[in-house]
Amino acid sequence: MPTGGSAKRLIATITAVAVVCVAIGLYIGLYLTNVPGSAAATQTSSGVQLHLATVAAAETTDAHPTWVSYYAVDANDRNWRHVTTFVLPAHSLVHVTIYQFDGQSGLRNPFISQATGTIGGNFQLNGKTISAIDPDAASHIFAIPQLGVSVPLEGIPDSAKNPCANAPCPLSTDHETISFTFRTGAKGLYRWQCFVPCAAGYIYGFGGPMQTVGYMDGFIKVV
Amino acid sequence: MNDGVNHFRRVALLWLIATVILTPIVVLVLAPGMPPGNGSVEASGQVTDNTVLLGLSTPVALAVIVFTGYCLAVFREREPAGPIVDGPALRGHATIQTWWLVVTTAMVLFLAAYGSVRLLADGSGSGQGPNPIAAPAAASTDPPLKVQVIAQQWMFTFRFPGYGNVETNHLELPANTLVQFNVTSLDVIHSFWAYQLGVKADANPGIDNIAYVTTKGPLTFNIHCAELCGVWHGYMFDTGHVVSKAAWNTWIQQQQQQFAPATKSLDPYSRAYFPEPTRRGG
Repeated sequence: MPTGGSAKRLIATITAVAVVCVAIGLYIGLYLTNVPGSAAATQTSSGVQLHLATVAAAETTDAHPTWVSYYAVDANDRNWRHVTTFVLPAHSLVHVTIYQFDGQSGLRNPFISQATGTIGGNFQLNGKTISAIDPDAASHIFAIPQLGVSVPLEGIPDSAKNPCANAPCPLSTDHETISFTFRTGAKGLYRWQCFVPCAAGYIYGFGGPMQTVGYMDGFIKVV
Repeated sequence: MNDGVNHFRRVALLWLIATVILTPIVVLVLAPGMPPGNGSVEASGQVTDNTVLLGLSTPVALAVIVFTGYCLAVFREREPAGPIVDGPALRGHATIQTWWLVVTTAMVLFLAAYGSVRLLADGSGSGQGPNPIAAPAAASTDPPLKVQVIAQQWMFTFRFPGYGNVETNHLELPANTLVQFNVTSLDVIHSFWAYQLGVKADANPGIDNIAYVTTKGPLTFNIHCAELCGVWHGYMFDTGHVVSKAAWNTWIQQQQQQFAPATKSLDPYSRAYFPEPTRRGG
């Protein structure tokens, strides 16, 4: 039979253990249920449309406002959302348009200056159909390796008069428009990434946004 | 324990029986299924090596298991429990000590010699650096098919210097052919691991790491990066194919045609590449 003092200590210990267990349970539960935001492609009369943008620097309010990043936008370059998980329908043709506001970085491997995995093996750069770009003019790559898709994104020239500093970037600022079509595969989670080491301020451009999901890489959720 | 029973002889007999029964089962039944399979001459050689190691280690493992089991069964504490006392100290058994040293030394030296001979025979599919000393004998008479493996975060590409320096994003190989992989990297350290082919070679920036493999019949093999190389390391994989020579000739011609635009932009073929730091990353 515990005395008054030991009973209090026992109750306090049990209460403390219970609180710690609940806190741990909450932490694990929130971790498991905290899914990064996503953007779904829009179904239009001309097919499934996915509109993206790449910028030299994220919004000034971002946790990393100096980091290069992809964004999901709408067809009019509005409603910028800082997400890199894109939801697409399975076994469908997807028309992708990317507004590319960033400058030129160059490729470490010129091989990826050629588009692969797109319908026709080519893409449109500002309305002109081509299959490859000058490797030194590349700014980023949009690639889904598991689907064989890889499209080089040409950067705005160094002589650009009206570059955009931080997202969101209006279409009145200098940009390139890249569009292409590819076919999705079976349902599943695919990764996509940029293959240009484009992280300013990091050794060879490999750190920061290149190594952090949510900037220059993410997932394609095929449903 | 001085109880008139020769426990050593009993243990030795039990070990001998277990070894005679289980070692053939392990060698003949389990070992053929050992990785990496028989996708290439080198992979088959690795299965043989694994079989030898398993065959030698089985009696050793059985000795430990039988001795432990015998001790637990025979020397356990019985009811009623008496006082716990130490057994007699065992010292100076020259015969046991001599046999122990002779057997273990012989096994270790044999395995060291066996491993060295096997490794020096053809390289066993491993990366040998830029100046390999264990090229397969056929390489001196029949030039191997050269395939440069270029790793970067996070994919492998493959360049064929004998076919117009074309670079591809997937790997196909002709069957029954000696292949020379020249493995390098454009950024950090990766590792080219073609599992079913029994090939594993580090991909170091600025280094030409050469590995040989002799393919067998048509096969699908998995390619992985085996060196933790960044956030998407786990996704750095691909599926390769060994196909007939006729099918491979068709494939390489298609690749040359498909990737003609990119081939024009490629740097001249080199054993390693030193891309300038990007303007962005500096």
